[in-house]
Amino acid sequence: MLDAVQRRILEEVADLHETPIGAYNIRANGQSAERQTTANVDIVTKADRSGIDVHILPHTTNESVHIPVVISESGIEEIVYNDFYVGEGADVVIVAGCGIHNCGDQDSSHNGIHRFFLSRGARIKYVEKHYGEGDGNGQNIMNPTTEVYLEEDAVMEMETVQIKGVDSTDRRMIATLAKGAKLIVRERLMTHGQQSAISYYHVDMNGEGCSCDLVSRSVARDESYQKFDSLIVGNAPCTGHTECDAIIMDSARVLAVPQLDANNIDASLIHEAAIGKIAGEQLIKLMTLGLSEAEAEEQIIQGFLK
Amino acid sequence: MLELRNVSFEVPSENSDNKIIVNNVSFVVPDDKFVVITGPNGSGKSTLAKLIMGIEKPTSGQILFDGVDITEMSITDRAKMGISFAFQQPVRFKGIRVLDMLRLASGKASLSVSEACTYLARVGLCAKDYINREINSSLSGGELKRIEIASVMARGTRLSVFDEPEAGIDLWSFQNLIRVFENMREHTHGSILIISHQERILNIADEIVLISGGKVTTHGRADTILPELLAGTSSDMTLCSRFHEEGGKSDA
Repeated sequence: MLDAVQRRILEEVADLHETPIGAYNIRANGQSAERQTTANVDIVTKADRSGIDVHILPHTTNESVHIPVVISESGIEEIVYNDFYVGEGADVVIVAGCGIHNCGDQDSSHNGIHRFFLSRGARIKYVEKHYGEGDGNGQNIMNPTTEVYLEEDAVMEMETVQIKGVDSTDRRMIATLAKGAKLIVRERLMTHGQQSAISYYHVDMNGEGCSCDLVSRSVARDESYQKFDSLIVGNAPCTGHTECDAIIMDSARVLAVPQLDANNIDASLIHEAAIGKIAGEQLIKLMTLGLSEAEAEEQIIQGFLK
Repeated sequence: MLELRNVSFEVPSENSDNKIIVNNVSFVVPDDKFVVITGPNGSGKSTLAKLIMGIEKPTSGQILFDGVDITEMSITDRAKMGISFAFQQPVRFKGIRVLDMLRLASGKASLSVSEACTYLARVGLCAKDYINREINSSLSGGELKRIEIASVMARGTRLSVFDEPEAGIDLWSFQNLIRVFENMREHTHGSILIISHQERILNIADEIVLISGGKVTTHGRADTILPELLAGTSSDMTLCSRFHEEGGKSDA
């Protein structure tokens, strides 16, 4: 059973106030704490290493899978391999997320390696949220890797959010798209203090008519550092778009490296990158509505990261 | 009541003399009156509006609102006292929706969707199409302008300042916008101060303040000033013919 701290962290990362409906696997302090499967969604512990295999039957719809991770002991370091096999024509929501509560002096780290294998015509919405807290000296470290393999006409929509308390993150996503497949990624990131966040994306668009839309919005405060590094490769007639939009504050640093690699005459690829401080006129506008400068700043950031 | 007493605003220029943008301006905007400030481009009208809201601070002079000296007050404090400001070029925000803006403007986080829609309907926007849209570059100039006006309406303050509501919008949108102000003229309590070049806005004014070269050249009842302006008998007619030609262009 989970304790009160773990329950609260679970709320932060998975918006779970109670036991979720449908299939779930809750991992706490390096061990599987609670699990439920359904007729269409099976969750199996890996035999050879830490992690789970999630099998979703073809044409499963209106179901969700929750696989949150909570770490409330200091000094836990783990690498977890989770594989998702989504059957043909299935349409499901998968909610992952990791929360670390570290009040000790040792670093806690969670390295989740998630692989998604979507069969023809499958669709998933994948939501991932990272959160850290604690008043100890130990660092909260999360290094998620996401590998995505989309077969013909498969669609994956990913939302990844990291707003608070993660000291160091190095996130990587590698995706391969077949004919007609579609990948949509929305990243929301805020760093503060001395935090460092690196996001790396590499998308290979190999099938005719596939598409990718990769958008990152981030806020870097204090002395934090962010790097957004994306590469979209168009190997077929396809459309790709990558965008990095960052608000920089205080003494932070943001490095944006959007790259496009077109190997086909009909590959249409676009990248956009913008970094800047909050516009003075935005602050003034909200102040004319009666907000203080600090309140205006909060509203602008909140909206930007929504 | 808003009162400007000998307000001046200067900016440093390339040579040693400061450039005077607003020069010793004094006038009063009485309660519940509709006052239009007009004059040629570059005459200091927009600067005057910014001085009233606190976006710029006067080099000398005093600004009083309901008898309180607000000259040194911040934008936020002036807003809280009951002054609203509609920007000539409305500001865009990524992620802030029309509904969020109306909630911030009304000061009610609980402002219902239907209440918010009422404000949008009053500026001629089909509310359900806009309420959840972000105030970003996907909106046209005319749409932004109306949302800006709706946000000022939602505040419902005792003084509303509009800086060239007609700037940057097309003729068709402008026709509708005039109706919005005519409506506001009839139904709103509180003073309205509009910077405008447009004859149809001047037509619904109680008072007109004519500004030229940073100075007030004429101030009085619209029904006496306007005919002179339009007939060309006023000594200010040279200015007016200029701003008729340039009407609709954005101001400095």
